[in-house]
Amino acid sequence: MTSERIMDPVLLRAREDFPILTRTVYGKPLIYLDNAATTHKPQCVIDALSGYYATTNSNVHRGVHKLSQEATAAYEQARERVQRHLNAASEREIVFTRGTTEAVNLVAHSYGALAVRAGDEIILSGMEHHSNIVPWQMLCERSGAVVKVIPVTDAGELDMDAYASLLNERTKLVAVVAVSNALGTMNPVQEIVRMAHAVGARVLVDAAQAMPHMQVDVRAWDCDFLALSGHKVYAPTGIGVLYGKEELLNAMPPFMGGGDMIRSVSFEKSTYAQAPQKFEAGTPSIADAIALGVALEYVQGIGYERIAAHENALLQVATERMSSIDGIRIIGTAQHKSCVVSFVVDGVHPHDMGTYLDREGIAVRAGHHCVQPLMKRFGVAATTRMSCALTTTFDEVERCADAVASAVAFFRS
Amino acid sequence: MFTSDELRELYQEVILDHNKDPRNFGVLDPCTHHAEGFNPLCGDHLTITMNMEGEVIRDVRFHGDGCAISKATASLLTGEIKGKTQEEAERIIDAAQEAVTSSVTSDLSPLLGKLSVIAGVREFPARVKCATLAMHTVKNALHGEHAASTE
Repeated sequence: MTSERIMDPVLLRAREDFPILTRTVYGKPLIYLDNAATTHKPQCVIDALSGYYATTNSNVHRGVHKLSQEATAAYEQARERVQRHLNAASEREIVFTRGTTEAVNLVAHSYGALAVRAGDEIILSGMEHHSNIVPWQMLCERSGAVVKVIPVTDAGELDMDAYASLLNERTKLVAVVAVSNALGTMNPVQEIVRMAHAVGARVLVDAAQAMPHMQVDVRAWDCDFLALSGHKVYAPTGIGVLYGKEELLNAMPPFMGGGDMIRSVSFEKSTYAQAPQKFEAGTPSIADAIALGVALEYVQGIGYERIAAHENALLQVATERMSSIDGIRIIGTAQHKSCVVSFVVDGVHPHDMGTYLDREGIAVRAGHHCVQPLMKRFGVAATTRMSCALTTTFDEVERCADAVASAVAFFRS
Repeated sequence: MFTSDELRELYQEVILDHNKDPRNFGVLDPCTHHAEGFNPLCGDHLTITMNMEGEVIRDVRFHGDGCAISKATASLLTGEIKGKTQEEAERIIDAAQEAVTSSVTSDLSPLLGKLSVIAGVREFPARVKCATLAMHTVKNALHGEHAASTE
């Protein structure tokens, strides 16, 4: 049975922008529902990459020749595009990193060295990705600070009363995910920041999963730091962003030392450049940064309102269809969710489910999603997760639900 | 929905049966030998307990949560090595490891017995570690090493 729902024609046309969506796997049309792991790239992003190497390729910030000037201009224009997209106050607040993980590590090292001391407290949530847990544990080992954890409710939401009771004058930093990769839960970031600021704590937001689904606005959220990865929002891997409030970035010591981050170097003493260059040691991922700027313009061109309306409708269809499967348990039933359905089925292990769906041409993630504490919270070792993109059709989520149902029948037969 | 031939090759009747109804499932307490196995890719966890009398494996059990491949392999492997000597059990494990990683059959393959059904996993490279977890863990139990990992 197929849905009566008609997909937004703008989004249906957008599928043609993604060349990979025409390929087959095992002789079947690809149904890609692993977008929370990484998204595919539209032709304009692929063209930005190859175009850069074909016409401009040069190093930035140092050459007097034409190509280097063009490369520098394109790289800095990408920074301005990111700034506008995030509504940051200045392009000096945008640091290019390799991804969310590097951005979080940068803050843990650099802001940690500046401000975190023995006995201080760092609050994380129970639904953090390992990349927003481990760097803070490493900081605690170095500094003697301690980690506190906001518990997660049965629905997969943050227990905000428990959060309120964790906050105190020892809280130095709150590091929290905006949208959960494993559950899809959209957290009340603005409220979390307001409460943290009331006790003088800083807030880092992991926006990796938020970027493809919602308009991220760092000034509306008033967060102090924000981390994101390009590849989750239709840009290449190997490029990400740390947003930081300018006065904080300027007060923080450098993370890595090297070229591009200095003002002057002598064997007696080196002085450092201002942010953001202070945090961009070495030749950056120039083409990927430019392609990230193009990807963000692409998403803005389609519009987050349109994307959110479609994904909400998809989530409703997916949830209804999946819920009707015998023995299924959907992990993560928050009121505000991105289009992610994470589930377990009695008698069918997620890896067997993943292999079965794969042979039907359906790509999903099966595993612990790098959130082992969250898996433990829900009493499972792993789940199967379908995660949608702006290009996902109603037909695709329905075919996935049908394949899940036949996998259940197969393994129980 | 039609289930492909490749899937049926991997998930043979015997494997589905041992997944639903695993043999030798449980924990021997007390035991003379034990080991824990862990697959960090999927978070699966396996415990092997055994009682040995001299060189002979008198009884062996496995416990834990895993996929059909890992459960069926543990179920079949424990069945094959029960009553065997340590040396015989290790040769069976060598044969099983060869069967899931190489398409070349050697003189070890006749040792597999019922375990031969797991050979289909070699066409699914992402799943080979599901099969080898039980093999590593049993070997470690025999050698008195208490932790195994597929990584």
